[in-house]
Amino acid sequence: MTLDAMDRRILNRLQEGFPIVPHPFEAVGAELGLSGCDLVARLERMQAEGVITRFGPFYDAEAMGGAFCLCAMAVPEAEFDAVVTKVNARPEVAHNYQRTHRLNMWFVLATETEGEIAGVASELERETGLRVHRFPKLREFFIGFRVAA
Amino acid sequence: MTIDATDRRIIAATQGGLPLVPAPYAAVAAGLGMKEDVLCARLREMQAQGVIRRIAVAPNHYALGMVANGMSVWDVEDGQIAELGTLVGALDYVSHCYERPRALPAWRYNLFAMIHGASREAVEDKRQAIAALLGPACRAHDILYSTRILKKTGLRLRPKEG
Repeated sequence: MTLDAMDRRILNRLQEGFPIVPHPFEAVGAELGLSGCDLVARLERMQAEGVITRFGPFYDAEAMGGAFCLCAMAVPEAEFDAVVTKVNARPEVAHNYQRTHRLNMWFVLATETEGEIAGVASELERETGLRVHRFPKLREFFIGFRVAA
Repeated sequence: MTIDATDRRIIAATQGGLPLVPAPYAAVAAGLGMKEDVLCARLREMQAQGVIRRIAVAPNHYALGMVANGMSVWDVEDGQIAELGTLVGALDYVSHCYERPRALPAWRYNLFAMIHGASREAVEDKRQAIAALLGPACRAHDILYSTRILKKTGLRLRPKEG
């Protein structure tokens, strides 16, 4: 679909946040020079067309008690598929990507508590005989992805 | 922050998104058998405590023509990372920017930034632009492209009592 200038302004504005007030679309629409109904209609269209993946609250699973950790392994090519099977078999592995580096397998561990991360990583090291490097998030620098307005 | 059973019901009802109707909070509240002002107060409190990072739209990079992306990684002076991370995180083509620990000697990089572009070449150009922006405070950098998705599972909250 083609996005017009207003669609782009909406995408940029709504990445910054959305007010918690009774008629939030009217409030944001007023900033953009749109009625609340027109804003809703444009969002519906962008959602239907797949331009918007999601609209709503983004919950921080860590703030709710869960723990996450990005991990990476250097897996020899000949063992790659066998290691994928072992790593993916763990329910704690949420995403796993093959990437272009000597550290060629990157995945996220998701557990209920911080303490479980190290345990799962150690078990994976035992099962695969390979080092699991852990890269927990220390700080986030988030502003948001913006589209050319 | 401790979240209670009511917060969990609110999370379960909204983690898939807000309804696109003129009064979305009233609609969610009605579904939960709760007053709108009570729901809004809870949402504001969760946002103040960081349980809600933000209420916002997540654009689909692919649908926007940003079909290429790479995980750029930077070895930046520790003393300057707060300032430089903020600069990189503010770039319009960077979506995720984090400080992470090094793992020497296998891994020297402490700043991670996902770069999006219309092509691999565009992503490389942007990486060079970041290198210029960081200047001498950056000692080395690299970029990792994903060649295969090996597993992808959503990070959804498990419904839990409490």
